[in-house]
Amino acid sequence: MSFPLELKYTKDHEWLRIEGGFAYVGITYFAQGELGDIVYVDVDTEGEDLESEAVFGSVEAVKTVSDLFMPLNGKVIEFNELLEDSPELINSDPYGDGWIIKVSIDDVTALDHLLSSEDYQKLVD
Amino acid sequence: MKNLALSKTHEALGGKMVDYAGFYMPVQYEGVKVEHKAVREAVGVFDVSHMGEIFISGKEASIFLQYITSNDVKKLTPGSIQYSCLPNLENGIVDDILVYMLAEELYLLVVNASNLDKDYKWLSDNNSFDCLIENKSSEYSLLAVQGPDTIELLSKLTNENLEEIKYYNFIKGNLSEIDDVIISRTGYTGEFGFELYVKNNDAIKLWNSLFSTSVTIKPIGLAARDTLRLEKGFCLYGNDINDKTSPLEANLGWITKLNTNFINSDNLQKQKVEGLNKLLVGFEVLDKGVARNGYNILDLNNNHIGNVTSGTMSPTLNKAIGMAYINIAFLNSGKRDFLVQVRNKKILARLISLPFVK
Repeated sequence: MSFPLELKYTKDHEWLRIEGGFAYVGITYFAQGELGDIVYVDVDTEGEDLESEAVFGSVEAVKTVSDLFMPLNGKVIEFNELLEDSPELINSDPYGDGWIIKVSIDDVTALDHLLSSEDYQKLVD
Repeated sequence: MKNLALSKTHEALGGKMVDYAGFYMPVQYEGVKVEHKAVREAVGVFDVSHMGEIFISGKEASIFLQYITSNDVKKLTPGSIQYSCLPNLENGIVDDILVYMLAEELYLLVVNASNLDKDYKWLSDNNSFDCLIENKSSEYSLLAVQGPDTIELLSKLTNENLEEIKYYNFIKGNLSEIDDVIISRTGYTGEFGFELYVKNNDAIKLWNSLFSTSVTIKPIGLAARDTLRLEKGFCLYGNDINDKTSPLEANLGWITKLNTNFINSDNLQKQKVEGLNKLLVGFEVLDKGVARNGYNILDLNNNHIGNVTSGTMSPTLNKAIGMAYINIAFLNSGKRDFLVQVRNKKILARLISLPFVK
């Protein structure tokens, strides 16, 4: 199991890498392990302003499908095009090339509500 | 939740364990794609000890089975096996089962774990015959060894001539120094393989011996079991068939011998004459996305015409496939393309013939 210290986490098993006014969002190592082999990532909310907890897409594993939730209020700026042809990147590199969307951050105070690496680790242990 | 004889072994191997039909079982080890491929191209072993074993014995055992099952029991000889179903009185299916003829007046029914209690009650309630029904499910373990390398592997563990055992036949023999193993040329993957029935206290010995030869074998979880069976178009009870689906609508006419006068055969005969309302068919998804159990099916004019019963991404074909009940009217129209409602969007799918993987 891996929980990079520099990332923020949500109870929905997503991670955020904050870069300036933006965040890259993906699902955690734990989440990809629970889902199994990812076969398709469906994100059709690019360009949309969404509220925290809104569904921004879904990931299809061989056996199951799981919704993806906005970790905070913001706009979906970009969908990771690599996932169009290689959804398995979420399994092989969940914190790197397996990122799913880039979002703009409307309100930086929202970041305070996210989990630290330590908090998230406690959640899944 | 009950443990199988090998539950701890699966845990130690790193299997992801789940509650399946009340048993603590591995859903996957390395990953469903790798496991699926191992069975199609080499060999894998499934612990399917959750399956139920019900023995039917006595003078009228065969008469009882001819009455309670849909297939023609008279076709069985000692050493042969039949796929069959237990029809109910409402044109549905109590369970789909295997019937083993062990000897004259002695049969073994292998049933779905989730239906075991229901089946036992159904059999008992309908037993007005001179025969005994014994549920020995908790005494037996069942390992399915499946894949093209099966013979090479198992021939290192037994002196029995496995190549002589025909499809849907079995022998009782010594394997891995265990006596009286039921070596059954059956499986749920569509690959060459055997299913091995042993008493629980021999299960660990058998499992370990399968991993002791020079032939590489992988342990396979329930997730790959499902993708393997679906690629071959095999029905899964609870998904594709249930208490309300007719064996005729489920394309199980080939195991429904209406002339054998079984329970509810008159009504099924009537259904056949009057015509079916829907049929279980195979489809592939043309758009991106995966169709799953329960999703609605619409024609291109958005009229509801059916429902998905099983769906997955096929690891062999690398495309989404599924089975569905679709209205006869649509099927008779000659149209092949339709829509599957996947949450908030509709994706295009097309009828294709089963099996998906030949």
